[in-house]
Amino acid sequence: MEQKRPELDAIIDRYQGKKGVLIPLLQDVQKLEGFLSRDSMRYVAEHTGVRLAEIYGVATFYTMFRLKPQGKHVIRVCKGTACHVSGANLITEAIRSELGLKKDEDTTNDGYFTVMEVACLGCCSLAPVIMVDDTTHGKLTPDKVAGVLTKYR
Amino acid sequence: MSQLMIKVGMASCGVAAGAGDVWKAIEDFIGDHPEITLEKTGCVGMCAFEPLVEITPEGKKTITYGNITPEETISVIEGYLNKDDAKIASIAGRLIPRDEKLSKQTRIVLRNTGIIDPTSIDEYLEHDGYKALEKALKNMTREEVINEVKASGLRGRGGAGFPTGLKWQFAYQAKDNKKYIVCNADEGDPGAFMDRSVLEGDPHSVIEGMIIGAYAIGADEGYIYCRAEYPMAIRHLLIALEEAEARGYMGKNIMGTGFNFELHIKEGAGAFVCGEETALMASIEGKRGMPRIRPPFPAQSGLWGHPTNINNVETFANIAWIINNGADKYASLGTEKSKGTKVFALAGKIKHAGLVEVPMGTPLREVIYEVGGGMLTDKPFKAVQLGGPSGGCVPKELLDTIVDYDSITQTGAIMGSGGMVVMDESTCMVDIAKFFLNFTQNESCGKCTFCRVGTKRMLEILQRITEGKGEMEDIDKLYELSENIRKTSLCGLGQTAPNPVLTTLRYFKHEYIAHIQDKKCPAGACQALIKFEIDADKCVGCTLCARRCPVNAISGKVKEPHVIDQNACIGCGACEAACKFGAVIKS
Repeated sequence: MEQKRPELDAIIDRYQGKKGVLIPLLQDVQKLEGFLSRDSMRYVAEHTGVRLAEIYGVATFYTMFRLKPQGKHVIRVCKGTACHVSGANLITEAIRSELGLKKDEDTTNDGYFTVMEVACLGCCSLAPVIMVDDTTHGKLTPDKVAGVLTKYR
Repeated sequence: MSQLMIKVGMASCGVAAGAGDVWKAIEDFIGDHPEITLEKTGCVGMCAFEPLVEITPEGKKTITYGNITPEETISVIEGYLNKDDAKIASIAGRLIPRDEKLSKQTRIVLRNTGIIDPTSIDEYLEHDGYKALEKALKNMTREEVINEVKASGLRGRGGAGFPTGLKWQFAYQAKDNKKYIVCNADEGDPGAFMDRSVLEGDPHSVIEGMIIGAYAIGADEGYIYCRAEYPMAIRHLLIALEEAEARGYMGKNIMGTGFNFELHIKEGAGAFVCGEETALMASIEGKRGMPRIRPPFPAQSGLWGHPTNINNVETFANIAWIINNGADKYASLGTEKSKGTKVFALAGKIKHAGLVEVPMGTPLREVIYEVGGGMLTDKPFKAVQLGGPSGGCVPKELLDTIVDYDSITQTGAIMGSGGMVVMDESTCMVDIAKFFLNFTQNESCGKCTFCRVGTKRMLEILQRITEGKGEMEDIDKLYELSENIRKTSLCGLGQTAPNPVLTTLRYFKHEYIAHIQDKKCPAGACQALIKFEIDADKCVGCTLCARRCPVNAISGKVKEPHVIDQNACIGCGACEAACKFGAVIKS
């Protein structure tokens, strides 16, 4: 017998009978555990009648949905045009080097940091910009990166 | 003691620049000073000067300070409170001649942003808020509203430039007892932040425009589809919605006229293609945001199969002004086919990055050099990128092109939503083409083969070229793929995806050739083609470069020449900037 998940039931109840709610529903589920686990998606499918394939389709289509757990601090490197021309890729490389991430890794082994590139954060006048959790750091250079990250260690 | 009114620009960019610390410092300070009124306001548009603080001493003119620290702010406030002129004068270096900076602009869409507190409906009402709605509902028929918008010449500000009044007419003529109105606030172009600033700084103007549009087409329900990367915009919209409903501008029987309207905010989940209207509707319905074939157009069959009218944020923000001031006044601004004003987000290598609004017909040169203050450094201008991933790069020979849908299209770029990124000689045009293609390739929903696979092949070719591994035939292949992608893609994303490549090939082909034949990047931007080395004769072994190197690629003993490990080097140039002896050589 499958385990009851009251916290998921509460979310599903909230959207019961409303139209076009799959995306906000999944966003709420993600807020709960930081990512969309296989089990949670299956649970939502079974309790809403939406096919698992459709849920997985939506979850993989939108970049906000994550299928893997993420680090304690999330570093978002802006890759908008203004940041790009101001050297955003050098910032990414400096961060990855500072955190010792290997080529295909995006989360540190100690689970402390996750690095991701994101579409424009809209702070173009401060380019290049990174956002660590909810705080934006602007006008960066590769050699300033270590100093910014130290604050979160 | 005299009264003091203080406003702090608290839009996202201001907060990112440190406005939050300034705000907190003032808040702590005014505990003992009831004579100070503190208010937050939206984006003034002078992003390069954030954080911005405005001080209005009682009965005097407003003074604007920029790039100011919390300590300086408190110091200058004390100066005004105690009439201590020396203290005021000590911060004079932070003064911003705001009126002069704004004098070259014509502000219709941005009429309230940076002036009112966006979280207070009373301030919006003081600035003629909801007067246009009252006028439309009480004194105008639905046809009259549509005709007024048609006469104004307003065209869709999302980029495509379809006449707004005509779009409304189609939705009005559609027969159905359920219709929807949708605001596209999924501002996805990298380098564009116009809509964010309007939503954060003046949310009611967008909502008022939507209610008027809903009345005109006969919709009783609407959605604002806002990208989730804009949390402050969403927060301000929700506050505005609640206040508008509480005051009877929304909901049942609006202002006693019998007109009903309800509005929902829908958060996006990160997909650029959702800016395309049919994809956006699929996303509102909770599905994967994939475009579909038109016709049927949304005006016939949109959300859940009902007639739907979709406009973007800036388009809606114009509506109330047009109803209040008349179509003639609006149409008196601009060119023959492009009326009114356009908001641009100026960014990149420009002195006064920020938000500007100019009449249609203004030459690009004037926007960049007069309104934007010119180039950031002494490196010369190379190109300006318009229209984001669907647009193109306009070179300096064409700087006299005017801001007008048709003139910009002739250059190979598009007006787009308003992103304007200025580039100087240090920007490589092949790299820029690669950057945008990487973006569209990532964001392609995968429905059309050429958009899904063709963009990937183009990206691989560009990658090869920027690594010095390209061949001359690659240029022909780029043209061929561009043509096929353009012809066989269903939606705007694919149809315009080759534009950044085509415009850079048109104006900067010599840069492609330099990468292919000479294996050189003229701008010195492509990492695979540049190399940093240390001249052992000049290096004194001070270790500064090794300490500055973000990837620890430099080694050497103190007082001995250092060496750069070429495999580890990312080519950032931090060592070159750090070296005081000119020992780091870039080739």
